[in-house]
Amino acid sequence: MSTRRVRFTFEGDAVKEPVIYLVGHEFAVVTNIRMADVEHDFGWVVLELDGDHDEIDRALAWVEAKGVRIDPVAGDVVES
Amino acid sequence: MTYATSLACRECAREFPLDPLHVCDFCFGPLEVAYDHDGIQSRLSRERIESGPRSIWRYIDLLPVDEDFIVDLNVGWTPLLKADRLAERLGMRDLWIKNDTCNPSWSFKDRVVAVAASRARQMGFQTLACASTGNLANSVSAHAARAGMEAIVFIPHDLEAGKVLGSAVYNPTIVSVNGSYDDVNRLCSELADNRQWAFVNINVRPYYAEGSRTLAYEVAEQLGWRAPRQVVAPMASGSLFTKIHKGFQEFQRYGLIDETPVRMIGAQAEGCSPITTAWRNETTNIRPVKPDTIAKSLAIGNPADGYYALKTMKRTDGGSTAVTDLEVVEGIRMLAECEGVFAETAGGVTIAGLRQAIETGQIDPDETTVAFITGGGLKTSDAVVEHVTQPIPVEGTLQSFEAAFAEAPEAVGVGA
Repeated sequence: MSTRRVRFTFEGDAVKEPVIYLVGHEFAVVTNIRMADVEHDFGWVVLELDGDHDEIDRALAWVEAKGVRIDPVAGDVVES
Repeated sequence: MTYATSLACRECAREFPLDPLHVCDFCFGPLEVAYDHDGIQSRLSRERIESGPRSIWRYIDLLPVDEDFIVDLNVGWTPLLKADRLAERLGMRDLWIKNDTCNPSWSFKDRVVAVAASRARQMGFQTLACASTGNLANSVSAHAARAGMEAIVFIPHDLEAGKVLGSAVYNPTIVSVNGSYDDVNRLCSELADNRQWAFVNINVRPYYAEGSRTLAYEVAEQLGWRAPRQVVAPMASGSLFTKIHKGFQEFQRYGLIDETPVRMIGAQAEGCSPITTAWRNETTNIRPVKPDTIAKSLAIGNPADGYYALKTMKRTDGGSTAVTDLEVVEGIRMLAECEGVFAETAGGVTIAGLRQAIETGQIDPDETTVAFITGGGLKTSDAVVEHVTQPIPVEGTLQSFEAAFAEAPEAVGVGA
């Protein structure tokens, strides 16, 4: 089992889709939301995903394909 | 002995031990070092600081490190220059330049890495790591070498060879990741959870960030124990910006300087300005961007501390600027021509941002202002190479020189 802490950023139509609900049904991962702020056309959600490492990778790739940006909770870590 | 007592969540205030942690287990908010303020108050004085070394370690009472573990490259105590010629060019009365190009690896990153490396050593780490395209990797590699620690540096696969050299000379392990910047971000975030390495800006980030406060301490001391009324600082993650303000607040809290409010003005490049955009849109929700600017050292599209930078601007009646790449080059040239300081592109952003802040009324040109120059120009010389003075070609004869010199409009009056 593995745990991943990530931040989803939703823009435009992606805000309206129940992405977090669906990812828990499409893949064997458990989602646990810790912080969020969602407006009508923009929002972010910080959450934890539990599951098999590769299954989490597949789930995140699926979420990304839905037009959701995924980042580590610490933001960008590649600095100059 | 350090006065650091715990790590505290900036969102929910829960406390954690001084371990290699960076996010709150409960709400995933960022962690920050908390201190025994009474202990610091009882020990700290202007005299004690003035008798310390001419480096960031003169402020060790305010840093999360025990003296025995310091990794010392003599970082900090960089010049604060009164910039009268630049002030005149910009129509200002009292402008100062904090010149952090003078650090051992030529950027302010030495301040944060010095603290991170020292704390990592105190926590028993043998290896320093980072993901970087330049300044951070240079500093991590240099500090690891100085401390006799291992260094592992992750770089994007398409990074120019010249930028690798400034790290490679210190003999770190360099890992070139075949993927986008986002891929490097994800890989390093996972590794930080799974390896016994001190990733300076991930699992030991709370300690790392503390080093930036020394910029404010030095400025206040160098101004004769007072804070400036206005500050212009570049923003990448936003951490430097917020910590400079925190540094002034701490000196005020401990009675080292009076309670003059400091207005904080941030500077970004237009090609990567998520914080300025949020400021202009009057929201604290920062929309991540794909960076596209010559100011690579500020190219963080999803700034971890952007929200806190916005709060700092609001709390201090500050502001935020975004400048074009052309203005960045003009800023570099203006600083070099007026004050003899050659800054990297981030310095060009700061000076161009300062000019924009004056033009937009965000800065009062009559008040004491400090602009922070965070890295040396040789790191980004390609940005200005096409925009600087070109040599006058002559033969090795007086006649040839006189003829060419007379025709060179730039040379009129030189040496006359």
